[in-house]
Amino acid sequence: MASQLLNVSALSAGTEDKPILHEVDLAVGEGECHVLMGPNGAGKSTLGHVIMGDPVYRVSSGRISFAGEDVTELSADKRSLAGIFLSYQAPVEVPGVPLYSFLRTICQKRPELKTTARKFRERVGQIADQLELDQSFLMRELNVGFSGGEKKKIEMLQLLLLQPKLAILDETDSGLDVDALGIVSRGIQAYREQVGGALIVITHNTRILERLEVDRTHVMVKGRMVAEGPAELIADIDAHGFERFERAGEKGDASCAECPGCPKAGDAE
Amino acid sequence: MSDQRKRTQVADVNRSLYDFTKSEEGYERYDDGLTPEIVRAISEKKDEPEWMLEMRLRALELYHARPMAENWGPSIAGLDLDHISTYVSPKTKQAKSWDDVPADIKDTFERLGIPEAERESLAGVGAQYDSEIVYHNMRDDVAKQGVVYTTIEDALHDPQWEPVVREYFGTLIPPTDHKFAALHYAVWSGGSFVYVPAGVTLPYPLQSYFRLNAAGAGQFEHTLIIVEPGADLHFIEGCSAPKYYEANLHAGAVELFVKDGARLRYSTIENWSKNMYNLNTKRATIGADAKMEWVSGSFGSHVSYLYPTTIMAGDRSSCEFTGITFAGATQDLDTGCKVIMNGADTTASVSTKSISKDGGVNTFRSSVVIGRRADRARCSVSCQSLMLDDISRSDTIPAMDVRNATAQVGHEATIGRISDDTILYLMSRGCSEAEARTLVVNGFANPISKELPMEYAVEMNNLIKLEMEGAIG
Repeated sequence: MASQLLNVSALSAGTEDKPILHEVDLAVGEGECHVLMGPNGAGKSTLGHVIMGDPVYRVSSGRISFAGEDVTELSADKRSLAGIFLSYQAPVEVPGVPLYSFLRTICQKRPELKTTARKFRERVGQIADQLELDQSFLMRELNVGFSGGEKKKIEMLQLLLLQPKLAILDETDSGLDVDALGIVSRGIQAYREQVGGALIVITHNTRILERLEVDRTHVMVKGRMVAEGPAELIADIDAHGFERFERAGEKGDASCAECPGCPKAGDAE
Repeated sequence: MSDQRKRTQVADVNRSLYDFTKSEEGYERYDDGLTPEIVRAISEKKDEPEWMLEMRLRALELYHARPMAENWGPSIAGLDLDHISTYVSPKTKQAKSWDDVPADIKDTFERLGIPEAERESLAGVGAQYDSEIVYHNMRDDVAKQGVVYTTIEDALHDPQWEPVVREYFGTLIPPTDHKFAALHYAVWSGGSFVYVPAGVTLPYPLQSYFRLNAAGAGQFEHTLIIVEPGADLHFIEGCSAPKYYEANLHAGAVELFVKDGARLRYSTIENWSKNMYNLNTKRATIGADAKMEWVSGSFGSHVSYLYPTTIMAGDRSSCEFTGITFAGATQDLDTGCKVIMNGADTTASVSTKSISKDGGVNTFRSSVVIGRRADRARCSVSCQSLMLDDISRSDTIPAMDVRNATAQVGHEATIGRISDDTILYLMSRGCSEAEARTLVVNGFANPISKELPMEYAVEMNNLIKLEMEGAIG
């Protein structure tokens, strides 16, 4: 096992009036690829946001450590500079802020990425080409009027530019057509190969995983981690759905022998 | 420090760029309040023609006769004219070289970047300090084309221009317009007279900068610009003042005459300190096929009443108004514009933005009047407001009076806040919260700041940054 990068332990969190996550554990080693699945409303996105430091959610107990440091209390910008990246389901539009100068700003904040204007321009140009993104987008306002697919490409552009140690992809594949999905998948692959960073992929769609070598799969139901297993678990979920995990979540002690990753069925590996 | 002092102190960001004061020692300062004697003394000092003195005295009577306007806007109760000095003259003569300007005054304008901008990108500069212009100069090649850029005082002493001033002065904004217009005409001092002959295009802008250094004083400059047919001018006006705990008053008047086929762009960046009552009146009348462009940035003052007006007298004329206001703590800024469309096929477009924070109040008023003869006139008004917290306020009061059935008018207004999602997005890419907010606010202001002269666009971005850092830190 690679050395520990992210360690979420016994994390409970929610909004002010509603608990959402219950004693969640999640461990991701350096460079590992994890998949987080679960039915709608299971709390997957919330977990991603809490790891990123979204102040909408309050952590009531448990802790998050990243690269050996407790980041539970850190603001999102500090976590970002430490190497956590979250790709949003619906990236916001920021009128009047040119994409290019925004990219330059966020890179210059990172000592390891500081570079000359010329080298930066080349680097951004390269990545844009790789993502089949027309360079004219760089001069436009951040995400303003971009299609869903274009917004996701801009997320991948930032991912490749910032080279984080951990990227959480929150349904990056949702709403993409086949071509855009292919490009985004190649972007994720490039991140794995060039940066060697770890991934948490939140998805409903196994298609985006086809090109990825998945290390672990996690299943969340109603704010709890109910199963964890190897990559094969994905195919199983694809075939049988989440129903039995949901039952397991409800009963709390359901046996699920047919599920290869379920901790309650013993070590299936 | 006394209690009184503490009470009147207001939370303020670091305005060190503007907040420096110079001694008034040796200055000629007239008594506070307003009497015919003071008006005569100002006129005598300027050695004015008789008609001007008469106009002043008539205006003074009007001023005293007029009741204070009904309170339809921000309160000006804190303005006690019996304690405002209407005339403060620095002890210097007008210079044509910065070397001849007294060191402390020169230092003021150096710090504000005026001589530097003059060297780099301006055709001419006028600099007013308190009540008088201390520096005035224009490039020779522009002068050779017949362009006149001087003070009204100097124009009045020139036999060629005295009749021209007399013909235009006070005709577009008459002393009867409102109480503070009457006050203006009674005690006006300084400002600019610009004449651009027919067909002349100025390659660079002219710029006047108004600095009010004296505490408890008023500034009443008069700007008179005549752009003859087919001519083209960009005029820039900048204003600032250091902060005092006494009220200051600015009641200038700007009269712009844009003839057939001419174009005038009038850019203003106003950054008065937050003890200033800014009761300024600006008006343009434009001929057929003429174009008037207003660009206006208002950041300072405690209270502002400011509605630049364009009278579109000629057919096919066009008017664009682009404005931004930023109201912080203790500020109540009532701004907007008026457009009177009398010509056929005229077009007007109004686009404004306002930002309020820390309890600042922004009110946008627009008045569009489309006259009977204005066939096919088209007008669009757009107003966007951004509120940065729950204690600030933003109001939009549009008025449209359309008297021609073929006219097309449109109005849209939005009032919004910075969403938490946006802040999270920017922070999760490494921006601090203050940086994230500044980015959003700058982005909001960007379409307007793009229209400002370069050095003012930079200044505006810096101002926003200062304001935003103050908001968080």
